[in-house]
Formats: sequence, C-alpha cells, structure tokens
Amino acid sequence: MNNKRKLLSIPYLLWAIVFIIIPLFMVVYYGITDKTGAFTFANIAAIATAEHGKALWLSVLLSFMSTVVCLLLAYPLAMILSKMNIASNSFLVLIFILPMWMNFLLRTLAWLSLLEKTGVINNILKFFGLPTMNIINTPGAIILGMVYNFLPFMIMPIYNALVKIDPNVINAARDLGAGPFKTFTKVIFPLSIPGVISGITMVFVPALTTFVISTILGGNKILLIGNVIELEFTTTGNWHLGSGLSMVLMVFIVISMILTAIFDKDGEGSML
Amino acid sequence: MKNVLVNLEHISKSYDGQMVLDDLNLYIRENEFLTLLGPSGCGKTTTLRILGGFETPDKGRVVFEGADITNLPPNKRQLNTVFQKYALFTHMNIAENIAFGLKIKNKSKAYIDDKIKYALKLVNLDGFEKRMPNSLSGGQQQRIAIARAIVNEPKLLLLDEPLGALDLKLRQDMQYELIRLKNELGITFIYVTHDQEEALTMSDTIVVMNQGYIQQIGTPERIYNEPENAFVADFIGESNIIGATMIEDRLVEILGARFACVDEGFGRNKPVDVVIRPEDVELTKNPADGTIQGVVSHVIFKGVHYEMEVQANGFEWLVHSTGMFPVGTNVGIKVDPFNIQIMNKPESEDEEAVGVNE
Repeated sequence: MNNKRKLLSIPYLLWAIVFIIIPLFMVVYYGITDKTGAFTFANIAAIATAEHGKALWLSVLLSFMSTVVCLLLAYPLAMILSKMNIASNSFLVLIFILPMWMNFLLRTLAWLSLLEKTGVINNILKFFGLPTMNIINTPGAIILGMVYNFLPFMIMPIYNALVKIDPNVINAARDLGAGPFKTFTKVIFPLSIPGVISGITMVFVPALTTFVISTILGGNKILLIGNVIELEFTTTGNWHLGSGLSMVLMVFIVISMILTAIFDKDGEGSML
Repeated sequence: MKNVLVNLEHISKSYDGQMVLDDLNLYIRENEFLTLLGPSGCGKTTTLRILGGFETPDKGRVVFEGADITNLPPNKRQLNTVFQKYALFTHMNIAENIAFGLKIKNKSKAYIDDKIKYALKLVNLDGFEKRMPNSLSGGQQQRIAIARAIVNEPKLLLLDEPLGALDLKLRQDMQYELIRLKNELGITFIYVTHDQEEALTMSDTIVVMNQGYIQQIGTPERIYNEPENAFVADFIGESNIIGATMIEDRLVEILGARFACVDEGFGRNKPVDVVIRPEDVELTKNPADGTIQGVVSHVIFKGVHYEMEVQANGFEWLVHSTGMFPVGTNVGIKVDPFNIQIMNKPESEDEEAVGVNE
C-alpha cells in the first residue's frame, strides 16, 4: 500500500525536479558565476549600482503604494460582501472576479488604449473641450495597472477571513459594551488579520516582480526591477547578471511567504 | 412578591413574511431563573435576541426597570449574553476576554485584575488568565463565557442554549454550577433551551413556547404535573395523551371505561384530552382489579425502571414501573384520580398553536 503510493508520486517528483528544482539551481549557478564560469558575488552586488538600486527602490515603492491602495479599496468592499446574503453576494463576488478570467495582457493593453495621449479618456476630454491629461508612462499609470490587476487577490483573502468570523463573536463584543467602532478595532479587524496579511503578500509579490504592467503602461521611460531582469535575459543576454538580480528579488518573496505562513494559519490566501 | 425587572409587551416579529413571534407578553421578576423552552423555531431564541438588542421587534415594547429599551443598541443595555458555542475572542487570552467589557467601561487596572481573579474563582478556573480560548475544553470555554459576562455585573443574564454543545455528564455538572452562580450573584437569568430536563432542573419559572406563542407559564412542578394542553404534555416528559369524554365533574370516560378524576368545570359529555404520565399508570396482577384490562406487548429495562407498553382498548399505554410483567401477561390498568390531568381539546390546529390564553 505504502509502496504503491510512493510509486504514484514519482511522476510528480520528476516534474518537480525537472521544472522547479533544476531551474532554481541553474538560476543560483548563473547568479554566482561570471562568463568564464568562475565564482563571483558581483552579479548579486550589482543591485547596489545606482541604476539597479533605483529600479529596485521604484519597484518597492510602487508595489507598496499599490498594496496600500488595494487594501484601502478591498477591505470595505470585503466587509460589504461578507454582510450580504448569499444570492446577491455570489453575483457581486463574480463581478469582481470576472476580469481575472480575461487574459492578463489583454486587460493591461485595454488600459493602454484608455490612457494613451490619443486614447479614449483624452478623446472624451477633448470632446468636451477640456485639457487632455498626461497619464500614460507615469508611475501613476503603473500603480493603476497594478491595482486593477491585483485587487481581486486582496479582496478574496480578506473576504474569506471576514465570513469566517462567528456573528455571535461580533454580537458578544456589542453585548459587552463596545460600540460599532470599538467592535471593529478590537474584534473584527484583529480577527481578519490573517486575510489581510495574505492579501498583502498576494498583491505585493506579483507587483514587485511584474515587468508586463510597467512595460505596457510605463513605456520605456520607467524601469522597474522586473524590467531590468527581463532586459538582461532578452536584450543584453547577460544571464549571470539577470540571475543575480533575481536572487535578490527572491529574498523579498521568501520574506513575504514566511510572513504569510506565520499569520495566515487558516489558509485564507489559499482559496484562490 | 419581587419586583418586575423586564416586561415584554405585545412583541411581534416576522422574517420574510413568516411570523416568528405573535403578540408575546411576558414579565420577568428580579432574581428569577426563567427558562424559555420549546422546539427549534418556536421563537425562544428570537425572544432572547430581542431582549439582548440584536433584533428589533416589528411591534411591541421591551421595558427594562420601567424604561423603554426597545430601540437601544446592545452596548447600551444593562444586561449580558452568554452565547451558544461560547463566542470567545480567539485572538485574546482568557484574562483579556474577561476584561473586555470592563476595559470599555474604563475601569482601573487594579479593579479589572481583581474582577478577573474573582470571576475565574467563581467558575472554578483559577490560574487560567494566560491561556488561549482554543486550548480550553468546551466546558471550560463555556465557563469563561459566563465569567466574561458576569464581571460586568449585569442585572440580567441571557443564556442561549449555553450547554447545548457539551456532553451529558458535563451538562449536568454545569446545571448545578449555574444554579449556584444564580444564588451567589443574585442576578436574573433568562435561559433558552429545547432540553426539557435542563429546564425542569434549573428553573424557577418555565415558559413553554411553540410556533411563536406561549403555551404555558409556570413552575417546573406545575408544568410537569398540570400541563395545560397536549403540546406541553407531550413536550415535557413522556406521557399518554388520550382522547376522552368528560361525563360530569370528577368523572371521565377513557377508551370506554370510566375513571374517577379530580377536575371540575368542563361541563357534561364534553370531549377532552387526558394526560397520564407513564409512571402514574399502575398495573395490577389480577386484571379484574384494574379499571380496564390489557396485554403487555413490550418490555425494556431502563435502569431505574422498566418501560412497558400495554395494549388496552385499542390504545398503547406507556408504563414506567419498578415491577416487571413479562410480554403477553394479562394485566389491569389503574390510575389514581389525582394523576389524571384533563385538558380542553383544541378545535383546530391554529388553536393548538395558540394554546392557552394568558
């Protein structure tokens, strides 16, 4: 019985080795060697150069701002959703998840045609004789793209955490003298923290590593760390530098994962 | 008589057009242990939620110590609730749970610490301050929930099936604890349950409810011995409920045989229901000694007594007795006149729901 089970796991194990473990080791190998194959820390240390440091800093800043905006938008919405009855609730949830069924690239390109200098928004403004806006190729456009694409990943874990709270626990807080505000700060919010942490991780990590959103909505004017790495692999062809920078980024991701593991023991984030 | 603490006046409540409570009137005296008893959907929990402030009645008023509190939010009411399944704050330790209400009222730290100690002692959980709720057993969590409520010194404590999730032995222990707490604290208890034994054990007053109407209000003894209608008789304990005819005062014809009874004022030849508790049915060895004769059809040993079924005049009599007659024995059935409870027959199902007019 036990042996049979072990046999059954072999294809998955092979898959994991060939497509996950080996590539990971290759990234590490490239990251700590130079073109001659000699050991070096230069590729990792390259993050400290002005150009790369700026890209990383901008990435962290924009991802952080997107995460904050997502949290501020998602929390009230998740609360409203969690208080609705099942029938209308599932329809509303669907509306917010629906964009996720569309291709990620397509969604982002749609924003391009909306925000462009000669795009839909500016055409409408022109039609009414209003001055046109310069939105595309700004950090704001990138944040907009990040929020739009990653918002559902913030809503879902928070929603899951909120619906899990026993209504009687909230009633108990009211019963013991807490008004609506105290009930929220002392009971509802603390109990939803696992969902909030999950949501933050699920928005912050992809936002930090994205290069598609910044390429499309930032033109070539704004380089994020994701773009820098992408360029090293595709244009410059310096796999060693690209791998070294990827490893630095991985540290951020691992930290996020650890935070999630500590705070989200119920797996609110795993529902997606 | 003690003062009235709470008055429910003409309370009606419906959900989605479904009537849950219909013109309910009830008063609760100070230091009374009052139990709302009934099957699920009878409106007992809704009544409690209206008292707690978690529901607003469609019609009627809730009067607490003379003041109308119908529209007061829960946090402004001088009462506390012990919820079904405890509803402890899982992100706080036991001390923080108990201190919750006191901190909101801005009590001093020394006062809160004293209260926590006192409350934990009261529920026999000294030294549990730093434990987390999820590390406690169901019974312990329930006692913490009670401690969390009583430190606020409410005038009225509402308990919503607090023992429902506990096993039998624990439930019995907790019943004694609750009686002790009530006597020590002098707080009025309103207790909701569907468990008739729980209600009989603990209550000063039982309110039997069904389909949104109060069926009977009375002491446990009165509810058990003198049920006012078939619903109450059937819900509280086991009983033989038989259609009968009141021949005249103190004489009732049951299944063709005439039994002496003690009830008067039902009129002559009036159809009635009679209730006879299984332990009040006497079996006689000599069939001729009984008022009617029958054959034992079933015997089960229950520990304290034997449970027997006796077929007599087309009715299956349920009998509890310490003496046993084997299956197939011809026996006589006798009932002490005092143990025959006569009830008016409901004329329709609607009336059965309304039951008594209090």
